[in-house]
Amino acid sequence: MSGLHLEFDVAGNNFVSAGSASDEVKKTLKMLGVDPVAVRKVAIAMYEGEINMVIHAGGGKASVDIDTDKVKIVLADEGPGIPDIALAMKDGYSTAPDAIRDLGFGAGMGLPNMKKYTDEMKIDSTVGVGTTVTMVVNLR
Amino acid sequence: MKIKEIVDTLEATVYYGEELMDVDIHSACASDMMSDVLAFVKDQALLISGLCNPQVVRTADMMDIRCIALVRGKQPTDDMLAIARQKEIAIISSDYRMYTACGLLYARGLQPGDSKV
Ligand SMILES: Nc1ncnc2c1ncn2[C@@H]1O[C@H](COP(=O)(O)OP(=O)(O)OP(=O)(O)O)[C@@H](O)[C@H]1O
Ligand SMILES: [Mg+2]
Repeated sequence: MSGLHLEFDVAGNNFVSAGSASDEVKKTLKMLGVDPVAVRKVAIAMYEGEINMVIHAGGGKASVDIDTDKVKIVLADEGPGIPDIALAMKDGYSTAPDAIRDLGFGAGMGLPNMKKYTDEMKIDSTVGVGTTVTMVVNLR
Repeated sequence: MKIKEIVDTLEATVYYGEELMDVDIHSACASDMMSDVLAFVKDQALLISGLCNPQVVRTADMMDIRCIALVRGKQPTDDMLAIARQKEIAIISSDYRMYTACGLLYARGLQPGDSKV
């Protein structure tokens, strides 16, 4: 089967619209009758990544490929990049300022959550150029 | 425990979800940090939070959470209510503080949604 391809612009620093791309993907997967556990994994992982683009990178682009056997999510931004990816992946590591913490983010758990809920995850990042996070959730 | 029992226990005000009062809730989690909430997934859960912004509702939706209980008398914003209506997630508000709200629900038998890390 040829898959379904979705693309979204994720606005930076807009805290009301943040999460709407993930919401669209979740709705689409539900409509396609994908197993609810897999839908939730995709939704949570993409939402964490989408929020990261909003708060750490001034926005970016999300593209999602839905196939019968897997969902692939690519989140690409032109933000500041991540200097030390291994450190960023650590539970509790966050550079979020207090203003972001007051909004309920900055526990340093987003990237670990993304890893936990996906079957594959890869981060490509160059300081001063941007970050691309690729995640795959298997559907069977 | 049905949402209406949670409302009674917390002496809460219902801002959205009168028609969801009979939904059964099996577990709960409480946090002001959304990624903390997103780390533990359980079915049919309640989210107790002192945080009051649209991302609380988004977070709940990503996790298929059916009810949000705001504590310390926080009132949901219009942005929050708009998403909640669309997603059919009840939003209630209690004057109790977080610790007390959790204690009251725990004493009534509502299970935690997570286990020890
Ligand atoms: N797209 C990105 N661009 C630049 N830096 C990023 C990006 N995503 C993550 N980071 C960096 O990695 C750190 C860890 O990210 P992670 O999502 O785990 O935690 P957080 O976003 O700070 O807090 P939380 O996700 O718990 O709300 C961030 O604080 C930030 O420094
Ligand atoms: Mg994050």
